[in-house]
Amino acid sequence: MSLLELKDVSMAYGGKVFALQDINMTVEKGEWLAIMGPSGSGKTTLMNIIGCMDKATSGTVILDGIDLTDVTHQQLTTMRRDKIGMVFQQFHLIPYLTAVENIMVAQYYHSLPDKKEALAALDRVGLEDRANHLPSQLSGGEQQRVCIARALINYPVLILADEPTGNLDEANERLVMKIFHELHDEGHTILTVTHAPEVGREAQREIIIEHGRIANSEV
Amino acid sequence: MAIALLAVAVGATIISGMITVYREIPQQMGREFRAYGANLLILPGKDRSTLSGDEVKKISDSLSDYEIVGVAPFLYERLKINEQPILTGGADFAMLQKVTPYWQITGNWPQEGKQEILLGDEEAQRMSIKPGQTVLVSAGNDAAEQTFVVSGIVHTGGKEEQFAFMDLALLQKMLQKEDQVSLAQISIVADGTVLENVSKMISEKYPDVQPQLVKQIAHSEETVLSKLQALVLLVTMVVLLLTLICVATTMMAVVTERRREIGLKKALGAENKNIICEFLGEGCILGFFGGVLGAGLGYLFAQLVSMNVFGRTIEFAPSIAVFSIVLSIVITGIASLIPVRIATNVEPAIVLRGE
Repeated sequence: MSLLELKDVSMAYGGKVFALQDINMTVEKGEWLAIMGPSGSGKTTLMNIIGCMDKATSGTVILDGIDLTDVTHQQLTTMRRDKIGMVFQQFHLIPYLTAVENIMVAQYYHSLPDKKEALAALDRVGLEDRANHLPSQLSGGEQQRVCIARALINYPVLILADEPTGNLDEANERLVMKIFHELHDEGHTILTVTHAPEVGREAQREIIIEHGRIANSEV
Repeated sequence: MAIALLAVAVGATIISGMITVYREIPQQMGREFRAYGANLLILPGKDRSTLSGDEVKKISDSLSDYEIVGVAPFLYERLKINEQPILTGGADFAMLQKVTPYWQITGNWPQEGKQEILLGDEEAQRMSIKPGQTVLVSAGNDAAEQTFVVSGIVHTGGKEEQFAFMDLALLQKMLQKEDQVSLAQISIVADGTVLENVSKMISEKYPDVQPQLVKQIAHSEETVLSKLQALVLLVTMVVLLLTLICVATTMMAVVTERRREIGLKKALGAENKNIICEFLGEGCILGFFGGVLGAGLGYLFAQLVSMNVFGRTIEFAPSIAVFSIVLSIVITGIASLIPVRIATNVEPAIVLRGE
């Protein structure tokens, strides 16, 4: 059984404007998939649906064996907490918390904060020595690595990365992609959303979205 | 948050101060009203024309639970002063000064045991007598005349200006009414209800005497007090409302500022109850610290009011401090409800993409 399965998924605003239309795709466990497309193509909407932050207006989404079609708001929150690790383009670190505390926030909402484990996650992305630094004291690349450590802390079944290198210079982009490769090699399932072809090419497979529909047939 | 803390602290200061003043007003104003004279008279019962000094003392002792300003016994008799019949009161002048602080004296109060007399202003004018002059006083047609020095002239604006006053013991001796008094004036710090209770207690305990409330004073006192308390209550309610609005507005600004953080927390799996607990918790902590600050400052505020208005200090009341802190927590809790509702409605997908 696939880790993620989308059948005829559509997202319409006001019943008329389609952000996504008839999306069919699967993601296998341990796979690295890139969703690509220009701005406004609907890739962020797709990511929000897969990331349990939004619900499709029609179609079926099955994540880790759970059908998300008729789940409640509360169940979506639980899915986000237990199944998904999110990496954001804007990092979204809480400015008044240190790097390690930012990771412990995710632990807090999942189970119990464990500083030792949070430090190990920082070590995993090569930032243990920056544990007590505030986000403002970290470079963009370092902030994104903290964000990746936070995404990994609760052992998610799917890592969702929205333009993970969109705000990074070339050196940091290489560093972040290296971490993604390592995670993939360890068996993590990764889904990256990007408009940058060089980032998309790093994945095993690419899906191109155009005007809310899948444009390439290799899905 | 600092502004919200300041708002809560200011609100709690005024509330705590006002409640302290509200509680203290009856006692403080009660003392002020004592300047207008006695509010309880003890008169002889039926078929008696005088009381004994011992009875007055016993009644006075039985009121030890109350704040007594003074107990002034009087013996009244019509004497001849310079051949003019004038109603003369024998009084304990030390006590009289406590009970009737509004009396104004030109000259001096008579000294205890000395042949000195205080003349009412009207009588002094009628007889053209000034302080320092002497008058002849006799207890009746056949009694011997005694010479008294007019120590002072009394101005009250009342009927006391038609009287004369001398030392109680001297008058009792002149009239051969040792240890007898016509009445006793009592000035007691109490409101109308307490006075009624005191009067009832005296009637029951001493059936041979007749307690009588000076109703004009007791009634005026009650009217002024109730109006003052209503005013203080009104101000407190307005301040409470303003604090509520100010904290609610600040908390709303805090929620708006932290929308992205709330969205992130929700994206990480925070449930609405987590968000509610966090913001209500912050509100309650804010209320606690604001309340603690306000309770202390409120006491200083009340002290300042009391010193300036009543000229007296007031004691710190722990119950008011605790009440102010609890009230501040409740107010910030209520004020946080709408902002918390806004926080729970934050959609992570929308705020995280910067909309």
